[in-house]
Amino acid sequence: MAEFEPKIIAFACNWCTYAAADLAGTARVQYPPNVYIVRLMCSGMLNPDYVLRAFEKGADGVIVSGCHYTDCHYIDGPVKCDAMFAKLSKMMHILGLEDERLKREMISTSEGTVFARVVKEFVDQLKKLGPSPFSSLRMEKVAV
Amino acid sequence: MNLEDIIQETKTYYCLECGKCTSVCPVAKYDPSFSPRAIIEDALLGFEDELVFNQKLFSCLTCYTCQQRCPCDVDFPVFIRKARSIAQDNGQHGICAHSGQLQSLARLMTSPDIKQRRLEWLSDKYRTSNNSDVLFWVGCAPYFEPIFEDIEFRALDITEASLKILNSFGIEPRLLPNEKCCGHDVLWTGDIETFKTLAEHNAAQIKEAGVKKIIFSCPEGYRTFKLDYPNFGFDVGCELQHISEFLAERIEKDGMKFNEVKMKVTYQDPCRLGRHLGVYDAPRKVLEAIPGIEFVEMQYSRWDSICCGTSAWTNCDSYSNIIRTQRLSEATATGAETIITSCPKCQTHFRCAMVDKGEEHRTTPKIEIMDLVNLVANALGGEK
Repeated sequence: MAEFEPKIIAFACNWCTYAAADLAGTARVQYPPNVYIVRLMCSGMLNPDYVLRAFEKGADGVIVSGCHYTDCHYIDGPVKCDAMFAKLSKMMHILGLEDERLKREMISTSEGTVFARVVKEFVDQLKKLGPSPFSSLRMEKVAV
Repeated sequence: MNLEDIIQETKTYYCLECGKCTSVCPVAKYDPSFSPRAIIEDALLGFEDELVFNQKLFSCLTCYTCQQRCPCDVDFPVFIRKARSIAQDNGQHGICAHSGQLQSLARLMTSPDIKQRRLEWLSDKYRTSNNSDVLFWVGCAPYFEPIFEDIEFRALDITEASLKILNSFGIEPRLLPNEKCCGHDVLWTGDIETFKTLAEHNAAQIKEAGVKKIIFSCPEGYRTFKLDYPNFGFDVGCELQHISEFLAERIEKDGMKFNEVKMKVTYQDPCRLGRHLGVYDAPRKVLEAIPGIEFVEMQYSRWDSICCGTSAWTNCDSYSNIIRTQRLSEATATGAETIITSCPKCQTHFRCAMVDKGEEHRTTPKIEIMDLVNLVANALGGEK
């Protein structure tokens, strides 16, 4: 049987993490292709429902990553993101999701290698955990 | 299901077009583009697309005010619910409040593999037993906790107060560790598939537990279990009771003595408990039994009562907020210092309206809001 390949959705902010992923690409840093990046203008605009939908549609893990506290293009995005992420983690914890499937990171523009390392570690971790408890849900009908 | 079947089932063809529904509708009062009469007319004339692709289909509060006034007994809320399921099949979902988190949670819960950690809040202050005949339905309270922390609403306060009350009556209720969302919200937004999956799971869990009675602190769960589960063929096979009914019954039978609580209160009838199920007297009896409580009715109360402005977490808009503001002004006009309600969602909506700054010219009245069970728990004294 083929090895389980986790599907990861990364919500990355336009100014830092997305650029870092770009840098990792141009610098030819090798990392597993399991990650699908969704670009947000700011990590502070993360809505818990984005993550819920990701799991509903079959993600095995979600990374939320944006600028460091002092780097934010919109001043206090990471603080808002932290607040949202805390709510989200509590919700997912009650729902029975393993806490390790949600990752909050801060990766700045120049940290392409950090991005690659984070993804690699996350993939290894998820491979150990196996498919997400929601993986049996493959709903076609998802509210807009 | 097609539109023709829905018209037949809900006897919509009896409509006289008298417009009573629109004239009493709390939404139509403020939103000129929403009219129950016009929606029925569209259906009867066979304009299915106009009906289904109208965002306003999701604005209905399903509060049953129109149905009570209807001279022809057209079941408008059920008509809306069924029309919404056609809309869902056509990819229409309304505008979900809280960006659809609560609907997503319900859909995620349909996964058979999840092991929820929904009872982690439970402390040994409360006595529960796995052999009890009485089940207490916790419902969505653990999930509301993180979602509504910024409007200072603690849903688990209601659950904990209910447990305290049950314990003080000598009942050690059973709690189910893997109960799922009762499906109320997905049902009323027209997502029948998800509802059926959830209902099947819950009915099976309850059958397996073999309890004789279920007590609810949330009228929506109560309504869903009492009316919708049997309708969809899920029989839980036991007695169902809202905690206010339980309290009223016990007070009448045992003459429970409460400590004095000095407070002037008014009562908001939740539409699910009031108009849907006809429970108006039980909560009032409970309020009367507590010494020191001065109870005043609002201008519109009992079956006339006005809804809190949103139901099933959909289409919460500025009109919803106006409805809330108006209702809150009505409550403050009675001179009461606290609104008592017995629905966690009424409380969420009113609290949200009081926190929300809204348009600059609108001033939302400030008033305390509390669940009936919290008041009773305070009156029982002892540790909070």
